[in-house]
Amino acid sequence: MAAIELRGLTKVYPGGVKALDSLDLTVPDGEFFALLGPSGCGKTTLLRTIAGLETATGGAVVIGDRDVTGVQPGGRDIAMVFQDYALFPHMDVTDNIAYPLRIKKVAKAARRDKAAEVAARLGLEHLMDRRPGQLSGGQQQRVALARVMATQAQAFLFDEPLSNLDARLRLEARTFLKKLQRELGVTTVFVTHDQAEALAMADRMAVMEAGHIRQIGTPAEVFQRPANTFVAGFIGSTPMNLLDGTVRGDTLDVAGFEVSVPVSAEGRLSDGEKIVYGVRPEYLAYSAEPAKGALSGRVVIVENLGASHLVTLDANDVTVQAVVPEGSEPAIGDTGHAVPRRDRALVYRDGELV
Amino acid sequence: MAQATSPPEVAEQAVRTRRYSSDAAGLGRLRAGAFVAPALLLVAAFLVFPALWVLYLGLTNYRLTGAAAAEPQFVGLGNLIDAVVNPEFWSSTWLTVEFVLGSAVIGQVGLGFTIAWLLRDRRGPLKRLVEGLVILAWILPSAIVAFLWVALLDRDAGTLNALLHTPGYAWLLDHPMLSIIVFNTWRGTAFSMMLYGAALGNVPPSHLESARLAGASGWQQLRDVVFPHIRGHILTNLLLISLWTFNDFSPFLLTAGGPDGKSEVLAVHVYKVALQSGELGTGAAVSTIILLINLVVAVFYLRLLRSKK
Repeated sequence: MAAIELRGLTKVYPGGVKALDSLDLTVPDGEFFALLGPSGCGKTTLLRTIAGLETATGGAVVIGDRDVTGVQPGGRDIAMVFQDYALFPHMDVTDNIAYPLRIKKVAKAARRDKAAEVAARLGLEHLMDRRPGQLSGGQQQRVALARVMATQAQAFLFDEPLSNLDARLRLEARTFLKKLQRELGVTTVFVTHDQAEALAMADRMAVMEAGHIRQIGTPAEVFQRPANTFVAGFIGSTPMNLLDGTVRGDTLDVAGFEVSVPVSAEGRLSDGEKIVYGVRPEYLAYSAEPAKGALSGRVVIVENLGASHLVTLDANDVTVQAVVPEGSEPAIGDTGHAVPRRDRALVYRDGELV
Repeated sequence: MAQATSPPEVAEQAVRTRRYSSDAAGLGRLRAGAFVAPALLLVAAFLVFPALWVLYLGLTNYRLTGAAAAEPQFVGLGNLIDAVVNPEFWSSTWLTVEFVLGSAVIGQVGLGFTIAWLLRDRRGPLKRLVEGLVILAWILPSAIVAFLWVALLDRDAGTLNALLHTPGYAWLLDHPMLSIIVFNTWRGTAFSMMLYGAALGNVPPSHLESARLAGASGWQQLRDVVFPHIRGHILTNLLLISLWTFNDFSPFLLTAGGPDGKSEVLAVHVYKVALQSGELGTGAAVSTIILLINLVVAVFYLRLLRSKK
């Protein structure tokens, strides 16, 4: 087991596309770390550069105490699960799991024992003679995990490990993967474009955009206090309301409504300054009755989320979304009033959190 | 009630099946047959009929000239026995095996795969240049290519002798088999190169990367990832190339089978027996044997292909 440290890591593709721009990142020993971002943000490039599948243009990759920047992938003592699992179709499960050991010239009997031991842990023991083509998606994923575990590498890298599973299996696999990582205690970096997945599984996470890390933190920190409007808009299954506003003395003018200054921004704003007011739909208290400090408007859309509803208000031509518990959802055309929670609302100045 | 509307529906369905067939194109046997008939006629006229005609000729004493040309006699298996007893037939067969193994299996497949593998990740002018040159060798007409090679290997004014400073060295006389093997490798590598180029594009990059992360060497990556993935391509390629090379006549353009029959592969042997000696019957019998050998080779490869699972 080892920590992973990236220093000033830069990757420029031929043709001049800068996929990674001088990244610094430390993943402590044993941590489950998520790289999250929209497609094309560089998260997969970052993972592949750690693996050595891409060569860094600048900077250093340190695994444990060893600078592996110039080391071939096979010499870095890391293991990776690919998005398509990359199981060899002509080998049975045993041979697939034991493949890295075979390359390391481990004796055949020892290989088989190790493969059987790891497979038993993942509930694959009855499938050892099957070929990958005869396995379900979930089983294939566990074989890929078993192959990684059998290597006893210093660190694991997962590239979108859940994206090839169907929705229901994905939730199961999420729980399973988190439990497994906790038990093994191996430093693990995984890439995902699904913010819910990152929030659910990671100990800490980095949100990336265009080759830069926009925020690093625990899922709670990233969810509650997004460092900038990009992260604020990207995290959360219902996007945060980001509304233009102006500071007016002790209150804020947001879309023509008088809203109180959030706790986190108290005393940090100056009169007349332009800001962006951010509040998650979950942190808006919706009511049919007028209330002080509310954002009010006509109900345009009501979306069913299961145990709650997402209500979209047209507040002076600005769209405001609020989550309303089941049973109290309004009808379209009603007038609604949404009061932000002062302790959860945020203020952004020039795109950065105040 | 359902019955009220059901009977007319069934009747309508029956009409529809008569109009449109249930096959993928909706044509039915008759119309589908009409579509392929012209092609089948051409195949019959130019492939099936000549093949059967050769089989028949092989059983007669048909000659190019003389009495037997006017009224060929049926001689049964006599020609086959004559052909097999002839030591030249056996030396030709052996030379053909050498030619196929040397120029097709080792030369074209080996070189074609190597070029495709080395160029797999390359883009840009180098790749286009190499591919262009290799394909050029393939698309030039045989007559021109043969002329170029004669000019290259000529004893007195040949380019190769000029390059190697070995004036007067007779490549085509001293190394006739080596000459035609190198010639045919040069000539036919393009097909294998393109086929393997396409096949390598289908090897999932993640599989190669997975092997690299495990620490696999270049050879181990080939053995564990690439070859298992392109096994079908390799076999198909070997089948086609073996058969093409087996029946290839272009060595004749370089060495005319000589000197003293040292490069007389079977295709050339048939030509000499049938057209130069005029014994069409015996030539046809040798052709029949070639046909049988081709069938055996084809069945062998197809068996291998089918045993894939």
